[in-house]
Amino acid sequence: MISNAGRRLTGRTALFGMVVWLFAVVAPTPAQAEYADIVINNYADAAGMRPVVFPHWFHRIRFRCKVCHADLGFKFKAGGNAITMAKIIDGEFCGACHNGEVSWSVENCDMCHSGIPGTPTHFHGSTVQRLIAPPFKGVDQSKQTQ
Amino acid sequence: MVYQKNKIGSLLSVFMLTTMTVASSQAVADNGTESVFAGGSFMVTQVNAANTFNVNLKKVKDPNAAPPDDGIHDPENPATHVLQPPKDAYIGLPTTEFGNHIDWVKAIDDGLLKPRWERTDPTAEPFVLDLDIVRPVKASVPDVVFPHRQHTEWLSCSNCHPAIFVPQKGANQISMSAILLGQKCGVCHGKVSFPITTKSCRKCHSKPKPAGWKPPLSEATLKNPWK
Ligand code: HEC
Ligand code: HEC
Ligand code: HEC
Ligand code: HEC
Ligand code: HEC
Ligand code: HEC
Repeated sequence: MISNAGRRLTGRTALFGMVVWLFAVVAPTPAQAEYADIVINNYADAAGMRPVVFPHWFHRIRFRCKVCHADLGFKFKAGGNAITMAKIIDGEFCGACHNGEVSWSVENCDMCHSGIPGTPTHFHGSTVQRLIAPPFKGVDQSKQTQ
Repeated sequence: MVYQKNKIGSLLSVFMLTTMTVASSQAVADNGTESVFAGGSFMVTQVNAANTFNVNLKKVKDPNAAPPDDGIHDPENPATHVLQPPKDAYIGLPTTEFGNHIDWVKAIDDGLLKPRWERTDPTAEPFVLDLDIVRPVKASVPDVVFPHRQHTEWLSCSNCHPAIFVPQKGANQISMSAILLGQKCGVCHGKVSFPITTKSCRKCHSKPKPAGWKPPLSEATLKNPWK
């Protein structure tokens, strides 16, 4: 017992609707990477390499933070260590482990250089990135009216 | 009847509606479109798209997506498909509702993980300091307890002292706004250690207020009491 208006809608919109459904299924997914993954791209793009993706979750299963952030001297700053391949092959930064002894060696370029080209250096899933507006700054007491 | 071709949302709901009306006489789609099938006449009401739910609420569909589907790894790179999906590694670990969705502290306490303390020596043990620092909070939320134990399981003293915190109780000014800006506790929390979100507040704010505690009144209210 569907009215005329209803039937006219059906034919036209079912087609549109199907196109929309299809699009929703095949459309590229927005970034939803694992919390604490870091894209490092100070130089990689400029040299024609994919940006580096460093997975914290994977490494913290195997090492405490202290190993990298105290012993190996990684500063707590995404992109803040000016890592280069020259330093890596001298055994610094990633090269302290990715040397064929503690872990697989540097010739596996694409294991590290696996990011989508053009992605800027950033931290994935950080609280600040997920805020809707710039972070809360509180009220400047001196500027408050009485 | 309002019918906008250019709105994907309305198209989607009209599509759902056309399939649903076959089975039932009333269908409500989640963006506010509602169809009422009453007394033989068919009506579609269309709420202005500006007045829908989830204007600013963003939800992550799969918080532990595999590298090829996570939006930062390039699926065109063959090695991307060799990388381990987080879910494979997390099997059997205690879960939480935020961050990696893993309770990292409990995982090592329960002996389910044993990350190395030294790069090459799997037997080296961390230097654990069991010292809680209580930080009373002016606001109504429970007071903050900073536990050295869980931190020194992962970190060395030099990761925090003296660059982030002077090692003296009460000597550091800490506020929520500093933390959200990525300073103090926010150097790690919100980046790698568990993030700041409604479900995690009580991890830090864990000491109940003393009985009878009331929030202090603002000066503006003290001067102009509410009648
Ligand atoms: C263990 C991880 C790792 C591996 C393996 C690796 N790289 Fe890198 N590479 C890095 C990091 C980290 C950077 C710094 C990225 C940046 O800031 O842009 C980098 C930077 C670079 C750069 C730009 C900076 C520079 O040094 O000139 C180039 C080019 C590069 N890599 C090429 C390679 C090539 C070629 C290979 C394989 C032979 C390789 N990488 C293997 C981690 C790695
Ligand atoms: C295997 C080495 C490794 C381990 C283990 C490790 N990290 Fe990192 N961490 C890194 C690297 C690499 C970076 C990025 C540095 C860069 O881009 O120059 C980083 C960056 C960071 C940052 C910087 C965030 C910002 O503000 O940009 C924080 C905070 C951090 N790590 C915390 C931790 C904590 C907490 C742990 C332990 C749970 C940990 N890391 C374990 C290698 C490690
Ligand atoms: C403290 C040692 C250490 C350091 C430093 C280190 N790694 Fe690793 N990394 C490892 C180990 C161990 C593995 C696991 C190797 C294996 O598969 O057995 C690994 C694996 C990886 C993987 C593969 C993860 C997977 O899904 O299989 C990537 C990518 C990676 N490291 C990138 C990096 C980058 C980039 C850096 C420097 C910014 C770095 N690592 C620094 C020890 C380290
Ligand atoms: C995650 C960061 C962090 C690490 C790692 C850490 N501390 Fe602390 N420490 C703090 C904070 C925060 C305070 C409290 C400061 C305040 O109340 O202003 C503190 C306070 C102290 C105090 C002062 C206690 C008092 O009663 O006055 C001492 C002593 C101290 N830490 C020693 C250590 C030692 C030793 C280690 C290594 C075994 C260590 N800390 C590791 C963050 C840390
Ligand atoms: C240098 C990095 C760092 C800083 C700074 C830091 N934390 Fe942590 N915190 C960690 C890590 C790593 C863990 C382990 C759990 C995790 O990674 O989620 C942790 C765990 C905790 C836990 C224990 C949760 C549990 O499950 O038992 C509490 C509570 C906590 N932090 C509070 C604080 C407070 C409060 C501050 C600031 C005064 C602070 N942290 C500063 C790195 C840090
Ligand atoms: C990483 C630990 C941590 C987490 C998580 C955390 N807080 Fe805090 N919070 C603190 C610390 C430390 C202070 C400062 C206490 C003091 O005055 O010394 C604070 C202070 C506050 C204050 C008092 C006002 C101010 O800025 O000093 C409020 C209100 C507050 N937090 C609310 C929250 C809420 C709501 C959440 C959850 C969304 C939350 N906090 C999550 C550590 C945390």
